[in-house]
This record gives sequence, structure tokens and C-alpha cells, in this order.
Amino acid sequence: MANETNKLVEVRDLQTYFYLYEGVVRAVDGVSYSINKGKSLGVIGESGCGKSVTAQSMMRIVPTPPAKEVGGEILLHLEKGTVDILKMTANSPEMRALRWKEISMVFQEPMTSFSPLFTIGNQITEAIRLHIPDLTKKEMRDRVIELLGKVGIPQPSRLIDVYPHQLSGGMRQRAMIAMALSCNPKLLIADEPTTALDVTIEAQILELIRSLQEEFGMALMYISHDLAVVSEMSDEIMIMYLGRIMEKATTDEVFNNPLHPYTQALWRSIPTIDGDIKRLNTISGMLPSPYTVHKGCPFFSRCEQRIPGLCDEAKPVVTEVTPTHTVSCFLYEKNAQVPMSANASTRVGTK
Amino acid sequence: MSAQAEPLLEIKELKKWFPITGGFLKRTIGYVKAVDDVTLTVLPGETLGVVGESGSGKTTLGRTVLRLYEPTSGDIVLHEGANVMHVPQLDDKEMHHFRRNAQMIFQDPYASLNPRMNILETIGEPLLVNGIAKGTELEERVKKVMLQVGLRVEHLRRYPHSFSGGQRQRIGIARALVVNPKLVVADEPVSALDVSIQAQILNLLKDLQAQYQLTYIFISHAMGVIRYMSDRIAVMYAGKMVEVGPKQELLSSPLHPYTEALLSAVPKMSQKRKRLVSRGEVPDLSRLPSGCVFHPRCKYATDICKNEEPHLREISPTRTVSCHLADKLTLEGI
Repeated sequence: MANETNKLVEVRDLQTYFYLYEGVVRAVDGVSYSINKGKSLGVIGESGCGKSVTAQSMMRIVPTPPAKEVGGEILLHLEKGTVDILKMTANSPEMRALRWKEISMVFQEPMTSFSPLFTIGNQITEAIRLHIPDLTKKEMRDRVIELLGKVGIPQPSRLIDVYPHQLSGGMRQRAMIAMALSCNPKLLIADEPTTALDVTIEAQILELIRSLQEEFGMALMYISHDLAVVSEMSDEIMIMYLGRIMEKATTDEVFNNPLHPYTQALWRSIPTIDGDIKRLNTISGMLPSPYTVHKGCPFFSRCEQRIPGLCDEAKPVVTEVTPTHTVSCFLYEKNAQVPMSANASTRVGTK
Repeated sequence: MSAQAEPLLEIKELKKWFPITGGFLKRTIGYVKAVDDVTLTVLPGETLGVVGESGSGKTTLGRTVLRLYEPTSGDIVLHEGANVMHVPQLDDKEMHHFRRNAQMIFQDPYASLNPRMNILETIGEPLLVNGIAKGTELEERVKKVMLQVGLRVEHLRRYPHSFSGGQRQRIGIARALVVNPKLVVADEPVSALDVSIQAQILNLLKDLQAQYQLTYIFISHAMGVIRYMSDRIAVMYAGKMVEVGPKQELLSSPLHPYTEALLSAVPKMSQKRKRLVSRGEVPDLSRLPSGCVFHPRCKYATDICKNEEPHLREISPTRTVSCHLADKLTLEGI
């Protein structure tokens, strides 16, 4: 891992639970990762794996109630010092000062993430006005026009005054990106920004995000269920399943040498354009109910290489296979053996 | 699956234009040309993949082929042995017969099942409305098809809300297959599902095809899924069929610049390479550009493309393309 000073965000053992009438959903159940300055981290997972909730916790925008960040820390290393986002109140002035200024986010739905009542320019200006209040109206407007031009919106000086419904999906997503970049954030979180778009438009947006990341030198956290998209966007990738990180490695390692049985199964179950697959491998079974509390590995019930008595009894710990590749699976824990369940329970105790 | 085989389905110059009405008298002031002049043949036992972006008309094509939309003009011919059905001209009684041969699987497993009908009623309804079976016989046939698609017979009287997305899509497949159709139009059957479930459904569709000699028109926007499922691929853009050809040939050496752009745009895992990013967006279907509909986005466009509309023409016995420049260009595939 790179040295401490390069780290922008460190998330340690984050837990975000949803307290619902039917029970508690452990949407994010102890995830730890860090993102270096100017680097990009991809997050892959199926629906319900907690990837979006993780991102929302970093912005402190999970709906509370029913959800609550119950544990962990999210350390943000800024020039003026390190702050723990989780210690702040979600709607406190300190948190509001960070949001959009240091961390901003592009959402999945370009149709619903703007208010239909205000013009595009109006909404982007609002973000700038809150964080850089000493600009004049004219300066702000010029800055928004410049931003809109940067994200590839044609005739920005005219389109600054249109309402969101007058733009196509691709253009709206560009405007959303312009808004996210309006205050030069250190970290941009992109939560499935191209899922609602067509492939040729998706290609345009991906190129755009990549070139802007370089230009602005910001870090990127790119969330998607689409492996190919994530692989194009990220230096490092983590794979999530049911609120936990199963595997984390550099993009090359995770594609060429997937270690976790879930990652391996996932890779074989996806029809790709550039691989001629005779038959897709399926992951047997279904996702367990979200209310289930897993004593062991959450993937146990669907895993082809499970070790009964070990994997369902204790949670695997994060094992470092190479300095840039970690996996959370008993198959890679050197001193893990089929127990003696007493042995397994001591492991839990030590965690 | 040779090119000489008798086709199962022939689509000839099919058009589906939706009128736009306006003004006080709701007069027709224009048309959305969702499907415009599409000619296509489908051979028995094959999977024809139809790929295109949203608004390209692929869903409208699928629905018009089954006459869920009345075609504006053109012909759809289904061959059933010696019996030839001209679908647009069929009367109600003949439509029942047609529906036994051609069925549809819908995209959204949450919206395509009636929440107030249990599984027996849902899967059995095609048998009932087409007068094929009722009573105990119907129940037996429903049970049989449920086993075929991997549903549990104990769930016969459950309602859709108690099933997951993947299971619901299995119910949708069972409902299409219960009448023993020859042709199944599958409209984005896996796009609402997670990847691990998607693989299960795709494999199921392949197994069923091999077992019952089904013919699929498989509609999807996902190139990877199309590649996995199809024998031949048809590419649509703005209501037009731009290119049709056997899978391998079309992917490795596309003939239409749009196909090239589409293949290049698809994110790939194997290598990071420079993409050809096509500028612009899919045009408004009520105000299509003159000449070739793709010319404003095409990097090879010349004057003829702006003025003259290209028509589908044969380049080889198996490949057709609608591009003026197809003979001159050498395009990059994958």
C-alpha cells in the first residue's frame, strides 16, 4: 500500500444498518478500504450488496431513519487536517461544508436527480454559491457556462437556462457531472452513472469522466454492477456481497487471478462481447433474505468450495495474498483448518 | 441452419408508424417511425438476436411481429409446414391459431404478471383463451411446463409477489411455452435481473430451445448477451434495420459504420484500448435526418449519405446491410 500521506479517504469497519419493521438489514456490515489521492476505486456487486449504501454513508445521505451508521469511521484527510465524517451530524454545517466541496456524487438516474422546477444553471449555481459565496453573479454564471462546456454540452451559454426536462438523458448526466465538479471536489463518487444510458452515450460519459478525473486530479469511486465498465474506470476494484467486501485488488489482478469463489463464479456467469463462451456458469441458489444474520461467510449457501463446519461457523478475516490483493475467504487463510468448532469460535473471539 | 433452409418467418417491408396528433381536432400532424421498412427472415431453430439502443425500434418490431401492434404496412408470413399465415390479414379465429405458434416473453418480470392471478391461472391462461385445454388437463399441462422451466409444482397456487425476479421470469417463460409455440419473441428477458440470475435464465432459454426446437427472436441492448444467445444478429438504428448477418462474421467484420461504433462502444474486460466514441445521440424518430439516418453521427459520411436513403442490400448470400459505402469501407470488429 502507498504511504499514509497519499491516502485521501480511509473507511474502517463501516456498518450501516437499516432498522425496518420486519427486522434489521445489515446493508453494510463492516467494510474497510481506502482511496488514494487522484486514484480510482471500482466497486462491483449485485443489487443488495450494499455498494450504494456504502457510498451514501460517505456522503452521509443515507435516509435516517430507517438507516443508521452504527459503527466504524470514515476518515477524510484534508490539507487542514483529518476529519471523521461519521462523527459529524448528517445535517451539521461542518458536514454540509464537506459535501460537494470535498466529496461529491453523481447519481444513477439522470431523470430524477435534478429538480424539475429550476433551470440547470440555477441548480449548479446554488452549489457554487453555498461553497464559494464571494463570487459575483456574473462570475458564477461564467463559471457554470465554462463547466457546462467542459462536460461537452453544446452551446452552454444557451443551455444554462433550460430546464432538466428539455435535455436528453445523456445531456442531463453531463449536467449532473458539471454540478458535481462545480467546486473542484477531491473525491467524486459515481454511483452507476451510466446504467440508465445507451451504450454509445455510455461510452461518451465514461470517456468524459476519465478525462475530467485527470484534469481535476480528483479521486474517483466508481460503483457499478457492470464488470467491464468498472474495469475500464478503475485502478483498484473491490467486490462486495451482502454488505461485505469479498475481495479487493488491482484491476489486473482481480481479473486475471480472481481468488474468492464468489468472484470466480461471477466472472464465469457473465456473457461478454469479447470472449466466446460456450456455456455460462451459474451461481446456484438465490441471495439469502436480507434479514438473515450470517454467523459465517455470507456466500456460504451458494459457494462451490465451501467447507462446512468452518465457513458457516465463523467469519473469514481479510487475508493479504499479495501486498495489493486481499481476500476474505478461509481458503486463503494459512492457519484455517476444518475444526473442531471450538477452534472456530476462538477465531471469532479474537476478531 | 443453412441459408437454403425454408424460413419459419418472413418479415417484408414492415412499417409501424405511430401517429402524432395535435391541435383542436386531434389531426395527425406527423408520425413516429418506430419501425420503418424492415425486411428480415428467421430460420427454424435459430436464434436471431436483435440489438439496438433505446428508441431503435427493436421492441416495436418484436411486438408488431406478434401483432400486439397492428402493422402500418408490410407483411409478416409464418410458415407452418404447408400452411402459410399472412399475419396482418388473419381474422380473430385464425389469430388464435397463430398465437399457438408464436409467443412472447416480456422484459419486466415485475410488471408482466398480474398480481391477482396465481401461477396456475397465469400460466394456464393462454391455454384457456386459445381453447386448448381446461380443467384437470390444463392443470396437468401447467405442472408439466413448470417442471420444464425449473419451478416447483407446490407453488402452483402462489401469487407473483412471493417470487423473486428470476423465478418470475421463469413464470413468464412457462406462460409463453405452455402452448408449445414454434416461435418465441423474447424482449430483453434478462435485463431486469442480476448477473448471477441472468446466467440461469439464459442457460434455461438455451436448454429449452435445444429440447423443443424453438426459434427465438431475442431482443436485447446488451451486446454480450446477444453474442451468447444468437446464431445471427440484426442491428437496428432509429427504426431501420442497418445490418443482418451471422454472428461471427458480423462481430469480426461489421459492414455498417453504426455496427462498428456500437461494437467499439461496448466496454470490454480484456483490454483497455482507445474507443471510437461516436458523437451525437439517437435522432428524434418523428424528425429523422434526410438520407441515411446515421449520417449525422457517421465519420465516413459523404454527400450521397446526406441525400439518398440507403436500402438493405445483399453483400453476400448471408449478409445484408443498408449503407451506401459498404463495399468501400473496411471496418473494425472485435
